[in-house]
Amino acid sequence: MRKYQDWMTVLSNRQIAKDVYEMKLEGEGAGKISAPGQFVNIKIASLESQPYLRRPMSVCEYDDHHLTIIYKVVGKGTQLLTEKKPGDQLDMLLGLGNGFPLPDIKEALLVGGGVGVPPLYELGKQLKARGVKITSVLGFNSQCDVFYETQFKALGEVYVATMDGSYQDQGTAVDVIRKRGLSYDRYFACGPEKMLDALVLFDDKNGYLSFEARMGCGFGACMGCSCKVKTKPYKRICVEGPVLEASEVIVHE
Amino acid sequence: MNKALAIQIPGLDLKNPIIPASGTFGFGYEFERFYPIDELGSIMLKGTTLEPRFGNPLPRIAEGPSGLLNAIGLQNPGVEAVMNEELEKLRPLFHSKVIANIAGSCLEDYVEVAKRISTHDMVGALEMNISCPNVKAGGIQFGTDPQMAAKLTAAVKEVSQVPVYVKLSPNVTDICAMAKAVEAAGADGITMINTLIGMRFDLRTGKPIIANKTGGWSGPAIYPVALRMIYQVYEAVKIPIIGMGGVSSAEDVIEMMYAGASAVAVGSANLVDPYACKRIIDTLPEVMARYGIQSLEEIIGRSHRV
Repeated sequence: MRKYQDWMTVLSNRQIAKDVYEMKLEGEGAGKISAPGQFVNIKIASLESQPYLRRPMSVCEYDDHHLTIIYKVVGKGTQLLTEKKPGDQLDMLLGLGNGFPLPDIKEALLVGGGVGVPPLYELGKQLKARGVKITSVLGFNSQCDVFYETQFKALGEVYVATMDGSYQDQGTAVDVIRKRGLSYDRYFACGPEKMLDALVLFDDKNGYLSFEARMGCGFGACMGCSCKVKTKPYKRICVEGPVLEASEVIVHE
Repeated sequence: MNKALAIQIPGLDLKNPIIPASGTFGFGYEFERFYPIDELGSIMLKGTTLEPRFGNPLPRIAEGPSGLLNAIGLQNPGVEAVMNEELEKLRPLFHSKVIANIAGSCLEDYVEVAKRISTHDMVGALEMNISCPNVKAGGIQFGTDPQMAAKLTAAVKEVSQVPVYVKLSPNVTDICAMAKAVEAAGADGITMINTLIGMRFDLRTGKPIIANKTGGWSGPAIYPVALRMIYQVYEAVKIPIIGMGGVSSAEDVIEMMYAGASAVAVGSANLVDPYACKRIIDTLPEVMARYGIQSLEEIIGRSHRV
């Protein structure tokens, strides 16, 4: 048995928002995931064919035999992924990266932007199971991009922000946190770089942020995703990340 | 040990000819979580410079049809940390000799790194990286001028305690002239090919995807180019060649040895399939049997004799 690689069987693959799909998969490989915020790396085509590199994806939900990913179609690779049917098998590396910690706190604020929302769902479920009060702020560009609002509502209070104001609060996730004066012991975030930078500028002490990067391998070999941090010369987003503490993040210029 | 797979080249007594290529395998130990790396013939370490280097800004990675474009920029912790920390982490896991890949931005840097790292007991040979396309100073400029390459080779040879292989760039007009120049300067072997220089652009913005603008193009897409160049250099020099460039299977290894390689390095395939080297080693005997090959030693340069 291979420690990180396995074949997973597609159970469903459906569109849930504009260009956004939810794929559910089944297989023993799901048991390799040990923390919310860890990611999988998917070989969409055969070894030597296009796309050549794997596609790293966050995990929205998992148990020992199942996992759910949510992905946005942004190019050929993700377009090919939409064509996968129930019963198709996917070569995946599973349980990559550090994942979110589950600290002993009373109140957690989940802050997701676009396809950065998914990993916060599993995290929210696990925190809620430990008795933590969950508040979620989900940011999207527009109403047509919104997904998983209902699922997050099952965890606690949910605020949706859209950049164009077409649904609920207009503005960024940070605008909503400020405007509503949301309280928390720790915040947990995943989303575009601009959103994460804004959060660090807002509070650089009490947060955990999950970053994305273009990766060659996803397991620490190529140094393609190295990122400068305050605590060390660098961290690899794929191994020492994707989750960094707010206090170590260097905000991009 | 399967004697049919064994190969001997200067400084390296390989139990099989499969070597992960520099820059695709870190300092080796990280792959132990995938399979026992002691099964590998040798390991080409991540390019090492005198001082630590962070490398290029992100994004460093893009891709294309059957290939990968990278501009890491020689990120490494510097020669002292490589010798005292990285190799110590590798020591309990790997018991054959490794190949240290050395790089620099001037002749003195190469000489100093070679002088130090060649004394390390785990290092069986040096690979002189005169062909990195992703650093501004040094690197590729040494790899495109035969006289510069020869001067550098001679200087490194003078201080090295172990055999010296020179890694050739495909981004030249005449790769045989480069090979002959480094052979004449005392190189013990050649490793080839490094990446081809390439670019990709963002369709929305028109900007290069890679922050460094250009990157090194590797993967199955460059495999036929590698075969052609190895075939040519095999006829031009007498020193052995460690071949590389898009190798992904045991069949690819055999074909590259036919072209003239004495051993074969696997690069990009490690990034897509972390089990690539193990899979190739495991399948080599059955693929050899299919083509009636008794031992790998006998097929080096076979295509030049048929």
